[in-house]
Amino acid sequence: MTTYTYPRFDYVKPAELSGGTASRHPVAVVGAGLVGLTMALDLAQRGIACVVLDDDETVSHGSRSICQAKRTLEIWDRLGVAGKMMDQGVTWNDGRVFYRDSELYQFNLQDIPDSKFPAFINLQQYYVEQYLVEAAQVNDLIELRWRNQVTGIDTAAADGVTVHVDTPDGKYSLSCDWLIAADGARSTIRREMGLDFIGEVFQDHFLIADIEMQVDFPVERRFWFDPPWGPEQSALLHMQSDNKWRLDFQLGWDIDKEREVKPENVIPRVKRMIGDDIEFEFEWISIYTFQCRRLEKFKHGRVFFIGDAAHQVSPFGARGGNTGVQDADNLGWKLGLVLNGRAPEALLESYDQERVPASAESIMHSTRATDFITPKGPVSRAFRDAVLELARDYPFARALVNSGRLSTPTLLRDSPLNSYNVGFNGTGVTLGTPCPSVPVEAQYEGGDAVSHLPDALGGGFCGLYFAETEGDIPGDILSGLLDLAGADLPVSTFLVSPLQNAASKLRGLFDRLGAVTQALAAEPGTFYLVRPDQHVCARWRSLDIGQLETALHTAVAQRQSGAEQAASGG
Amino acid sequence: MSDAQAGGRLATELRLDDADGFYERLIDMNKGLTEQEALHVNAKLVLLLANHIGESDVLEEAMAAARAGVEGSA
Repeated sequence: MTTYTYPRFDYVKPAELSGGTASRHPVAVVGAGLVGLTMALDLAQRGIACVVLDDDETVSHGSRSICQAKRTLEIWDRLGVAGKMMDQGVTWNDGRVFYRDSELYQFNLQDIPDSKFPAFINLQQYYVEQYLVEAAQVNDLIELRWRNQVTGIDTAAADGVTVHVDTPDGKYSLSCDWLIAADGARSTIRREMGLDFIGEVFQDHFLIADIEMQVDFPVERRFWFDPPWGPEQSALLHMQSDNKWRLDFQLGWDIDKEREVKPENVIPRVKRMIGDDIEFEFEWISIYTFQCRRLEKFKHGRVFFIGDAAHQVSPFGARGGNTGVQDADNLGWKLGLVLNGRAPEALLESYDQERVPASAESIMHSTRATDFITPKGPVSRAFRDAVLELARDYPFARALVNSGRLSTPTLLRDSPLNSYNVGFNGTGVTLGTPCPSVPVEAQYEGGDAVSHLPDALGGGFCGLYFAETEGDIPGDILSGLLDLAGADLPVSTFLVSPLQNAASKLRGLFDRLGAVTQALAAEPGTFYLVRPDQHVCARWRSLDIGQLETALHTAVAQRQSGAEQAASGG
Repeated sequence: MSDAQAGGRLATELRLDDADGFYERLIDMNKGLTEQEALHVNAKLVLLLANHIGESDVLEEAMAAARAGVEGSA
């Protein structure tokens, strides 16, 4: 039984089949899942029209990716859809880990106490996709094409991609400048292009049981190693929206899958975990295996791979959907600038240069957690059990217990788009890190909705200048900043001040609590350059406008003249 | 001296600079070994680390902590 009603989205005969003029699309996204829809909304926010093709006509079957991380919520907030997610989702920051009959330790994942969003919300993927679809449906720049199944692609042309599509009205071809494959772990595009994964497939099965029950368990993540109540080697419990709970049981490799998914065989497992006397109903039962692997490159000519189509991880750590949303966040502004003629195509290569290492990091964490949870062989098992046993008494061993290192934003430390990092000694927000969601008050026209730093930054290049008053900024620097605010590639600079109403020409941010100044390790005169995806790409203790221009060129992969290169070297 | 007797001198707070990385390499070191071979390799590892630590009271404390709760059936 399910209390969720699956929406059914209408198939519309595409223009290509109804005799109309088939326009060429700047961007086509294949896959209207969590990641593909985020991608479409991001592009639309940057003024880029896109068509989204999906072979289905509804949202995700089953709850699937339920843990939506803080960074994901910040990205959805920028796209205007986080509110609904927050209202429907279940907020959590805490977790507990058990070994046999005792609790090993508790943890709290909220690293910024006054942050706008919690470390995680749990929300079933079908809700997430529903809200994303609802936002896309009312956006004139997004055309959703349901029951449009991609059967093949042609990448021979230098200036675009042709996509072959099958519909209830027959086949057609669609041309686009750029194609984004968001078509999941079994990506048709990937198969058609003959691209292979590198990585590991794990020999284990996990059983998901989503159940509905009325209990007042605390809202936290619970993980058991060798639970005292079960034959399972490990188990995981999460609360979801609508009194739904996600139960995961490790089954091992040699199992009879058809037998194990039968409700009568799942009931005893559930009862052993939650107790005999709690009534429950199944919403969804599924058995999964998992892999930690990725494509070698995520950009192939005019085709980008994002989300599960590009990389897959084990579920421990909530790194699947959350990594995919960060892919979309990374690609959106770059494609937007290139299509709007504000940056060279070379900028698009940085999607690969930034997201491949990000994915590799995610896969590393996910692989380590999986190796710990499902040790391969008796020696690994002996070390694993030794860690768990020592963890009862010794703090160092608790640090080695790995039930999943939960998703945090990837720091793009080695990005070629990063440049100046002058005088910080590693303090504050390092290059490649997203701006933290600390509270701040906006004191400029239109800033009413701003409660935290990312709200003010929006989706363009931004500068943060720290000073008590605007008069403290040297005149040539202030005029340079004002010029940049009106440039072709604008940088809009905020004055961040501990005083009220400190700005007049710049937009003012009143750092009432000192949280921005502290998080960014700022002093009077400090300047941060922030990218459209809110990652820091350059910073100075003392700003030089020439260097800022160089940093901006670097951040959009624009080739610099000899003179500018010399400047950046010094 | 009294501190040492009360709390022990064995450091049990986290000192590894990359705990997950260390654990991964420890498991990797044992890859491709039979249980007997792994026992041999891990015994050598214990001896190398013991010599690095050098202090007999710390080592005795570690041995007691490791043996605690394991009755032995041989």
